[in-house]
Parts: sequence; C-alpha cells; structure tokens
Amino acid sequence: MASNKIPFAGSKEQEAALMQIISEHKDDPGCLMPILQKAQDIYGYLPIEVQTMIADELHIPLEKVYGVVTFYAQFSLYPKGRYKVSVCLGTACYVKGSGDIFNKLQELLGIGSGECTPDGKFSLEACRCIGACGLAPVLTVNDEVYGRLTVDDVEGILQKYA
Amino acid sequence: MKTLEELRAIREKMQGQISIRREDVDRAYDSASESAAVAEDAPKYRSHVLVCGGTGCTSSGSVQIMKVLQEEIDKNGLRDEVCVVQTGCHGLCALGPIMIVYPDATFYSMVKEEDIPEIVSEHLKDGRPVTRLLYSETVTDDGIKSLSDTNFYKHQHRIALRNCGVINPENIEEYIGTGGYQALGKVLTEMTPDDVIQTMLDSGLRGRGGAGFPTGLKWKFAKANDADQKYVCCNADEGDPGAFMDRSVLEGDPHVVLEAMAIAGYAIGATQGYIYVRAEYPIAVSRLIIAIEQAKEYGMLGEDIFGTGFNFNIGLRLGAGAFVCGEETALMTSIEGKRGEPRPRPPFPALKGLFQKPTILNNVETLANVPQIIVNGPEWFASMGTEKSKGTKVFALGGKIKNTGLVEVPMGTTLRQVIEDIGGGIPNGKKFKAAQTGGPSGGCIPAEHFDIPIDYDNLISIGSMMGSGGLIVMDEDNCMVDIAKFFLEFTVDESCGKCTPCRVGTKRLYEILDKITKGQGTLEDLDKREELCYYIKENSLCGLGQTAPNPVLSTLRYFKDEYIAHVVDKKCPAGVCKALLSYVIDADKCKGCTLCARTCPNGAIEGKVKETHVIRQDKCIKCGACMEKCRFGAISKK
Repeated sequence: MASNKIPFAGSKEQEAALMQIISEHKDDPGCLMPILQKAQDIYGYLPIEVQTMIADELHIPLEKVYGVVTFYAQFSLYPKGRYKVSVCLGTACYVKGSGDIFNKLQELLGIGSGECTPDGKFSLEACRCIGACGLAPVLTVNDEVYGRLTVDDVEGILQKYA
Repeated sequence: MKTLEELRAIREKMQGQISIRREDVDRAYDSASESAAVAEDAPKYRSHVLVCGGTGCTSSGSVQIMKVLQEEIDKNGLRDEVCVVQTGCHGLCALGPIMIVYPDATFYSMVKEEDIPEIVSEHLKDGRPVTRLLYSETVTDDGIKSLSDTNFYKHQHRIALRNCGVINPENIEEYIGTGGYQALGKVLTEMTPDDVIQTMLDSGLRGRGGAGFPTGLKWKFAKANDADQKYVCCNADEGDPGAFMDRSVLEGDPHVVLEAMAIAGYAIGATQGYIYVRAEYPIAVSRLIIAIEQAKEYGMLGEDIFGTGFNFNIGLRLGAGAFVCGEETALMTSIEGKRGEPRPRPPFPALKGLFQKPTILNNVETLANVPQIIVNGPEWFASMGTEKSKGTKVFALGGKIKNTGLVEVPMGTTLRQVIEDIGGGIPNGKKFKAAQTGGPSGGCIPAEHFDIPIDYDNLISIGSMMGSGGLIVMDEDNCMVDIAKFFLEFTVDESCGKCTPCRVGTKRLYEILDKITKGQGTLEDLDKREELCYYIKENSLCGLGQTAPNPVLSTLRYFKDEYIAHVVDKKCPAGVCKALLSYVIDADKCKGCTLCARTCPNGAIEGKVKETHVIRQDKCIKCGACMEKCRFGAISKK
C-alpha cells in the first residue's frame, strides 16, 4: 500500500477555492461526489484535513466523507507525483503485453503501484481501460497518452520528464 | 428558444453542407444545390476535411495535425473554399490519426504533421490526391476507392454511430443538419407518451448495456408509477475494459443522447435527467458539457421545449473509478453522493430508483438508437437483426486483430464476418484462439463457434454474453488460464464488498487460479473451483458477482486441456505463466559470447568465454532478459 509521510500543506487560497466550491454545490442533491472531485483538483489529493473541512461545511459526519473517498479508486488519500504515470491494464492492453510494460516501469522507477518516488517526481499506477484500445498497449503521463508501446519505449518516455 | 420552424430553417441551412459528407455522394450533391438555393446564408465550402478528434486519434496527435492543416489552408489561400472539421471517432482507431477529404471521401491514414503541406497543395489546391499517403486498401488500379467501399466500412450498418465521424460534435447546428432534434419535435407535437412507449416496444430495441432488457418495457413500467418526480438516467459508466462504444458516441454525437433522454422523459413523465459518465473520458465529458449548454441555448433542453409546455433538464455526474457503478442500483446510489454500492431488487428502479423516485436507466448506445426509431418508425428498426434481437450492435474490436476500432453491424452477423471481413483477421500470421465478449462478465468464444450469428440469446447459449460490446481477440500466444485469472483479479479489485459471496468468493476463486498458474494446482482444485463458481453466481447480490465467474466457467468449458496442462503436466502451452516456463540454452547455437551471463540480473547463467553457457533453473527468475539479448537465437523458453 501507498504510504504518506508528507505533512499537509494547504494554502489559504486553496481553502478559499474549496469553500467557494462547497457553497456553489451545497444545495444540489448528491453534492458530495462533485465536491470531492473538485477538491481533489484543488489539492491534488484528499487528505483527512480536506475531508474534515468538507464534512464540517456540509454538516455530515467525517466517516461518511471518508467512506466515499475510500470507496472510489480515483480519490487519493496520498499526494501523487508531479508526473503521474499510469499504465492501462484493461483487457485489450493486457493481451498485448501491458503487464510487461508495467513491470518495466516498476523496475525503472523503483516503486510499486500506487507509490510515489521519494523526490516526488513520478507516481505510478495501473489503470483500467482509458478507451484508447486501438492503440494498445498504452500508458499516460499526466494527460499525455503514449500508445502502440513496446517494453523498449518505456525508458525513453521517462527520460522526457527527467 | 427555437420553434419547430426555426429548427427546420437551421436544418435546411446546414443540410447542403452536411450532405457533402454523407456517403451517397452524388445524390447528396443534388440535394446540396437545392438546399443552397433555399438557404442563402448557408456556408458554401467546396471541400470538407474531416480530422478525427476521438480519444484514439487525439492520442496519436490529431489536434496538432488540425492546427497545421488550418495554417496550410490559410497559406494557400483556401480559407473560403475548404473547411476543417473536427469530428468524433471514425472507428478505425488502428490507423489514426485519420483524415478524410470530402466530397470524394478520400481516406488518409496515419497522417503525420510533415505530410500536411503536400496534402494541402497537391490535393486540396490542385485536386490530386497524394496516393502514397492514402490508406493502402483504397488505392486500386481502377482509381481511388472511397472510405465506404473499404472492407472495414462496407459491411457495417451505422445507426447508433451514424453521425460519429461525420459531424462536428461541438456544433449543435451540424447535428440539426443531419435531422437532429426532429424526433423530439415529432414526439412532443404529434405523439402521446403511450404512443412513444408503444413505438419503442414495437421496435424490439433491447438494452445495449449488456443484459438486453426491452427498452420499451422499462419505460412502460416507469410511466405506470405515479410520483411527483421521476428521473431519466443515462449510463455512460462504460467500465468494461476493452469497450469504448459509448465513449465514441459521446465524443462524436453527444446531442443524440440528450435528444433521446428528453424523449424518454416525455414518455415516462420525468423532467430531470442525469448522465453518469466515467471521469476517465475527459474528451467525452467536455463535449457533453458543451452539448448541454448549446441544447439549453437553443431551447432543446430547459423549460417549455418547442412551446409545448414540456420541461426537461439534464445534469452531468462524473464517476470516480468504480466498476460496480455500471450496475444500475449502484450507479443511482453514486449519483446520490454515496458509496456506489448496489441495493437489492425489488424494489426495481422503475418504482424506487434515484432518490427513491421512479427512474429509468438506459445505456448510451441504447439511447443513440431512439431518435432514429422515432423518425423512421419501429418497423424499419425491427426489420434488421434476428428474431429476438433487433437492430444493430456496436462492437469495439481490440486485442490481436488487425483493424482495431469500432464497428456497427446488424444483429445476427457472425463472429467470422466481424473478425475476418471487417477486422482483417489476426496479425503476424498467428492462429485465432478465442474472442472474449462481455468483459469481466462474459466469456471466451472458441473457434468452433466462429459461425454463430451474434445476438443476445446465442451468446448466452454458448456461455458468454453480449455485454456492452467489447470484443477482444486472442491468439495462440495468450494463455486462457492467465486470462481467466486476469478477469478475476479485476473483479476482486472491483467487488464493492457489500455481499460475502462476491467479496470472499471471488478472492478464493482468484487464489485457486493463481495456484494453477504457478504450477501448484491439483485436479481437486479444478472441481472445487467449478463448485465455487456456481455458488458465487447463485448467491451474489448484484450483476457484478452473479457474472464474475463467467470467464472462468467459459474457459473451463472450451479450454479444459489448457487447465489440465497447467495442473497435470505443469506446463503453460502458450508460454505465458512464468512459473511454468524454463529458459534453456541450445548448446549447438551458443557461441560463448558471455552477453547473456552479463545481462542476467540474478547471476543465474554460468559459463566461460567461448564455451557453452548454462542457465541454473534454481536461480533463474524468468525475466527473459537473456533471450532478448542473445544475438544467436540460442535461448528459448519451454
């Protein structure tokens, strides 16, 4: 499992942005999910401090917020790297060898799935289908998509961000 | 807000331009000139260049291509003659980025930035297509074939995808130009809600999300329940890995979904809709946001639509990476802002769905058929397909197949036609082993069922299911035990944990499979596993658990010999399961160059310079690095 040793360092601006989002959505039915999604956009992850603010503002118990955050794969309790490397392990990519690409990345970065390199630069995760099956196997670095990969391409891709 | 007359005026204005891109080129040209006479303010480009802006082609760089294209067109002074249109997915993702030049439907594939100046000056300016850059199949001795004459397209019949790759999805007027929102106008002014439901029932349309429940019946049940508020939900949480048809519809033709939801709202008496879309589809999300805004602006959504007093609004909700939310009750729980856990049925959503109100939930592709059924009539739709499965089905072809991409064929088309005629067969001369349909809920279909007509019932009878339409082809290099384990790993990961049979059962099932792939399985495990499969199927709360064992059961049914090989002979015939492989050096081929020994990360290779090397099996970690590096082909895996 991923671990978190980086203390929370939210700024006043981030907090103001969060309060703004909460007051905009507060009265919509089922507003918790959209608020969490936007909060994650603001902070990059959802530490307990952010969850507490949301729970307080919405007047719901923290465990309810925590329950939702831990249910969905896209919500992260831990900060991600500056470059989020994500390898598709959907079926189409898998049968074309994305498992080997994932292993190569683990080897090169020295981290496992869900972890972040100590310098905070790269984080690695396996994702389910991103729908670019025509280009299988694919990986993404932040929003950049790399397709039709072979294991030998991996090192060159990482170097682009070095 | 627009009236029906204004809608018609927009349609006539746009029709001339849109018809340039429709496949029946000659006829389209006639009608183009007629419409042009009707609408004087219509744009009059002689040529349209369509660039695919779907996820596949965007990933291969189509956004940059489009930018350079427009610059070159400006440079050559063609701005008023040629327009560049960003469309949704054309289907042939394997060949992206794709660019099509109309009116001749000339098909450029795998376009590179540096090719653009030549295409613009030669083709767009001087009318000479650059043959060297065209999709090779279209270049024949008799001239250049159009897109619709290629093997990939000519066997297809596009209803749900009719506008994908044809119109600009970010421009509502293009959608109106293809006849868009005409069905909504017809429904609101000429039909009662019961007429609409009867039309859907007569058409025989069944849910394209996988289960195949008759759409009209779902609407009928929801209409019968009185409530102060009802909801129409669209399931765009396309979680099946390998399926991307819904994404393509949303990216290529988002308005068709909005129009269909409004029609459904009118039929059941709902004024609010929600689209629950995967957050993994950023392009689809942004196009939906634009489409909803434009539809509101034009009065196709909102209050008093077409002045008929009917109100309908649509909200967008993003998923957050939970596969189980594709299950209807879990999806609704998630929209309510809770953990996306399914709830027991009954009560069914038609009675108590979202926020405990009567709700219908339809899949994207299902909805994409609705406006066409209204406009062309239920008989037209029912004339296609098989006895119990009407219309067409979109499949996402993936895996070991030449033309990976999106195809739409009439129900009843055989697997052979889809894989060989349209998909172009298996690449690299490999042998077909199985086609996987239905994602983690489906099964693997072996070659012996290649000629079975694909429809809901036939697929179930051979142990698979339609699912949302992912079709992943596997060849002789794929191990079926490993594939079954892959799917189980997926369901273990995605099981929400609410009910024990699914939470614990899938985990135990995974462990047995893992044991088998590691060569530690016994024949007893095989029996135990089958028993466990049926137990999970019968006792799980929702569709996820009830179908989770299917990949195991179907591979056991058709590929039992592979399981036996793993368990009894301790061999993986496809050479996938690492624990069952051994790497060996052929003494006749080894030159003693020492490269392998230096490459091995674990020091498992021994040998002196110019002498035959040996791999110590007890130390080998089976990474395959030595085999990759050997220059003499002396290392093989067995």
